[in-house]
Amino acid sequence: MTSSGSDILQKGSRQPARPDPNEPLLAVRDLSVAFGLRGRRRVTAVDSVSFDIRPGEHVGLVGESGSGKSVTSLAVMGLLPKRGVHVAGSVRFEGRELLGMGRKDLAAMRGRDIAMVFQDPMTSLNPVVRVGVQLTEVIRQHRDVTRGEARGRAEALLEKVGIPDPGRRLSEYPHQLSGGMRQRVLIAIALACEPRLLIADEPTTALDVTIQAQVLEVLKDLVADTQAALLMITHDLGVVAGLCDRVNVMYSGRIVEASGRDVLFGGPRHPYTGGLLGSIPRLDAPRGEPLVAIPGSPTSTLPWTQGCAFAPRCHNAQDDCRTDPPDLVADGPRQLRCHHPLDDRTAQARATAEPTAATSGPREPAGPTDTASFERPAAPETPDEEGSR
Amino acid sequence: MTPAGPSSGTPALEPVAGPDAERGVSLWRGAFQRMRRNPSAIIGTLIMLLFVLVAVFAPLLTSFEPGTGEFFREVTPSKVPGPSEQHWLGLDSGGSDMWTQLVYGARQSLIYGVASTVVGLLAGSLLGVLAGGFGSVGGRVGRWVDTVIMRIVDILLSIPSLLLAVSIAAVITQDSLAIIIAIGAAQVPIFARLLRSSMLAQGGADYVLAGNALGFRKRRIVMSHILPNSVGPTIVQATLNLATAIIEVAALSYLGLGADNPRVAEWGRMLVNAQERFSADPRLAILPGVCIVISALGFTLFGEALREALDPRSRR
Amino acid sequence: MVRFVLRRLALMVPVLLGLSILLFVWVRNLPGDGPARSLLGNRATPERIEAINQTYGFNDPILEQYFRYVGSLLRGDFLDSIRTGEPVTQSFFDRLPVTVELGAAALLFAVVVGIPLGYLAARNQGRLLDTLVVSGSLLGVATPVFFLALLLKLVFANWLGWLPATFRQDPQIDATEVTGFATLDGLLTREFDATWDAVLHLILPAVALGTIPLAIIVRITRASVAEVMQEDYVRTAESKGLPRLLVSRRHVLRNAMLPVATTIGLQTGLLFSGAVLTETVFGFEGVGKYLFTSISQRDYPVLQGYIIFIAIIYSLINLLVDVLYGVIDPRVRVS
Repeated sequence: MTSSGSDILQKGSRQPARPDPNEPLLAVRDLSVAFGLRGRRRVTAVDSVSFDIRPGEHVGLVGESGSGKSVTSLAVMGLLPKRGVHVAGSVRFEGRELLGMGRKDLAAMRGRDIAMVFQDPMTSLNPVVRVGVQLTEVIRQHRDVTRGEARGRAEALLEKVGIPDPGRRLSEYPHQLSGGMRQRVLIAIALACEPRLLIADEPTTALDVTIQAQVLEVLKDLVADTQAALLMITHDLGVVAGLCDRVNVMYSGRIVEASGRDVLFGGPRHPYTGGLLGSIPRLDAPRGEPLVAIPGSPTSTLPWTQGCAFAPRCHNAQDDCRTDPPDLVADGPRQLRCHHPLDDRTAQARATAEPTAATSGPREPAGPTDTASFERPAAPETPDEEGSR
Repeated sequence: MTPAGPSSGTPALEPVAGPDAERGVSLWRGAFQRMRRNPSAIIGTLIMLLFVLVAVFAPLLTSFEPGTGEFFREVTPSKVPGPSEQHWLGLDSGGSDMWTQLVYGARQSLIYGVASTVVGLLAGSLLGVLAGGFGSVGGRVGRWVDTVIMRIVDILLSIPSLLLAVSIAAVITQDSLAIIIAIGAAQVPIFARLLRSSMLAQGGADYVLAGNALGFRKRRIVMSHILPNSVGPTIVQATLNLATAIIEVAALSYLGLGADNPRVAEWGRMLVNAQERFSADPRLAILPGVCIVISALGFTLFGEALREALDPRSRR
Repeated sequence: MVRFVLRRLALMVPVLLGLSILLFVWVRNLPGDGPARSLLGNRATPERIEAINQTYGFNDPILEQYFRYVGSLLRGDFLDSIRTGEPVTQSFFDRLPVTVELGAAALLFAVVVGIPLGYLAARNQGRLLDTLVVSGSLLGVATPVFFLALLLKLVFANWLGWLPATFRQDPQIDATEVTGFATLDGLLTREFDATWDAVLHLILPAVALGTIPLAIIVRITRASVAEVMQEDYVRTAESKGLPRLLVSRRHVLRNAMLPVATTIGLQTGLLFSGAVLTETVFGFEGVGKYLFTSISQRDYPVLQGYIIFIAIIYSLINLLVDVLYGVIDPRVRVS
């Protein structure tokens, strides 16, 4: 992994490798990822993202496609291609810096300490290798077991993820399995060595709606069983509501709102979060109430250096949103990147009201306040000058 | 993900320009821009241009005539005169000016190469379009026509291409037309398969299904949608085949099946004639050989670069 | 699997039948006054022509001629060579070992050098090694076999004197013939010097003949490996923390070899074409050289027979490749 932020790296690698109970399991600090071969314009996909995951905690990373959430997860795993990718910042797992770590050390951690479930089960399994081999190879890599023991363990795992007749399935090829079964296999692979952190990148998006809930349930049970921490990457706030303790909302490469689940769902403050919530059908909503879509598409953004990236699509946007980039600052129990946030109680109503009525909520003091009072461990403010270009 | 220009004043609901505008750039203009950035495309284009210019303006580049053997007196059994003031690449083993022979050889290669590729392209495209068109229209007749044509192509494909060319050239009496037809015929199956498969692939494409759903006539869909989309791969293949054709023309001459007329300068025959003096004077064989390699390389480089530039997947 | 092979064999029948008709019509319609005249050339006496017409039945009704011709094909009984009087079938199978040996050596060279080079190039995309390999392969495709053969002879035989320039074996070595494969015979009869000599004689022709297949295999391997490395399942394998070698072998190469296998099958046609030129340059008495001599002397029965034999072998090899393909790719096995 090429890293242009070597100064930050050094700071990170000075940290003791011994796990510290106060230390979060995963600490992401000012992570930036830019794409662009030499000679071409660089495109920043992830821009100074910081968040923590504590042992056993379930954290959601939410955003539309293109918001940088998947790239963030690949950067954490060190799975981004090397050519034309520039990664800066720091990702520490139990105090060990992952960015710039040697391939061998990283490989020793992947699959054993951190594992990942990918989005598309149809393409994420090797079509010409038997399911059994693909499952046992990760066990045999990280555990000192014989071939027979690995196979027994693999059978038990398949059983656990709800695949009937696991003995037969092990000797089959992926194309003989349905999409839902393949995703179950991928979950089994990821959790085979009982990692302490599981990253799930839209694990149900590619599945049939009827299967999604089942697979999610399997994932939830297994994560609970192994007591792994979970980083759930999704665009679906419904998934987050049922699964995550804390939520980070990303837009155009930056975190725009971060808080505990209940706080966020109780009253979103960022108009984007409000829009995401407003676009979910709710059982308790009055009959005939229309669903509200966020206008425009994620491609209609402003560069963060010029203002708020969400401004072109935002109901609350005012002149300063297009000239003055907002910082991620404390806002009560949450962190927020917005000049004109939604009012807590009326947030939902506002998001559903006609666009012209939504002028502006009473502006909260957005200056830096005492970070110690926050629910989440101190995340440094993200300076806006560096990064995106 | 791409930041879309400074559009600060635009109301949020308006579709914002950016990727859409990028998509508007036509396939060919995009391909051209990509090729301009690709060094091997530039080298290929330069070689091709040089080759064509030399071939066209051959008479202006030398004061001698090809294949006259007018300096044959200077050639002795043991020695062919090398570079001199008068002949800056020396003479060839037949007593003609080497430079003149090479320059006119380019002309010959270009004529044979282009003509045979055109023959192969026309015949192959006709078969391929018929098979692919009928195949994608479907129905019993459609499938039948498709099958029969493709069986014929299979027969041609079951003979290695140079052998096919050799056998055809052997039957037809030795003249230029025979060579052109022989090498062209060897290309027929390539073009036929290419056009058929790209037409069939696009026959199932969403936009064709959409055209079907809108009630367009099948022939109109084939003509206005499927064919234009097959043009790119066909041009790429034609460029690559030109390189093969240049080599095969030389190969036929090498096997003694080339043009019989000694007045026609031809690189392959120059190589054969040089063979007996090869170890004593490698220049005689290396010069025409290098000419074949460079011109074939030019077309290959260009064709490959064009293929890459036209491939939507390489645009990432 | 058996059914697949049988179906493919059945599909070969119409192709070969069509080919036989094509060849039949072609020889019947040779330019000049009738087939016998064009077979024998202009200097043939009327008696000689009449004799040929009698022997080959050119005076019989055309359909009868065709059925007799197909009948003889089915019996594997071709006509005799006009030039040498040798039966075509026998002459073909006598010379086949020479060509197969040469072709196999060329293919071995192409595969053994080509796949690793293509793989390394894909792994180092955009770096110097990749650029060198890609330019080299383009140069390889653009170089005519006979020119390369001449150059190799010049450098390694004439200038450096490392390797012999012509023939399969030093004529002074009195090797016993068992199978017709010069390299194998020496091993079987324990005449190891004969084998060594044959190997030395084989190197230059094999390199000359194998260079174009090599260039093609390099390019296909490179493209295929580069594509597979982008696949989601390779990322999955990486996320398991497997060592690079295992990821490469089990997850990248096994998938990337599928298109390469097909390409190798297609190269056999190229090898036959190239063998005509290579055997001529290096003086190998194989199928290619015999065919070339027959062509230049308009020995049509030989041409006819050889083309059918080559077409059959070519089709069989492609069938074999498809069967192997099914072995590597389980998805094909089911459908």
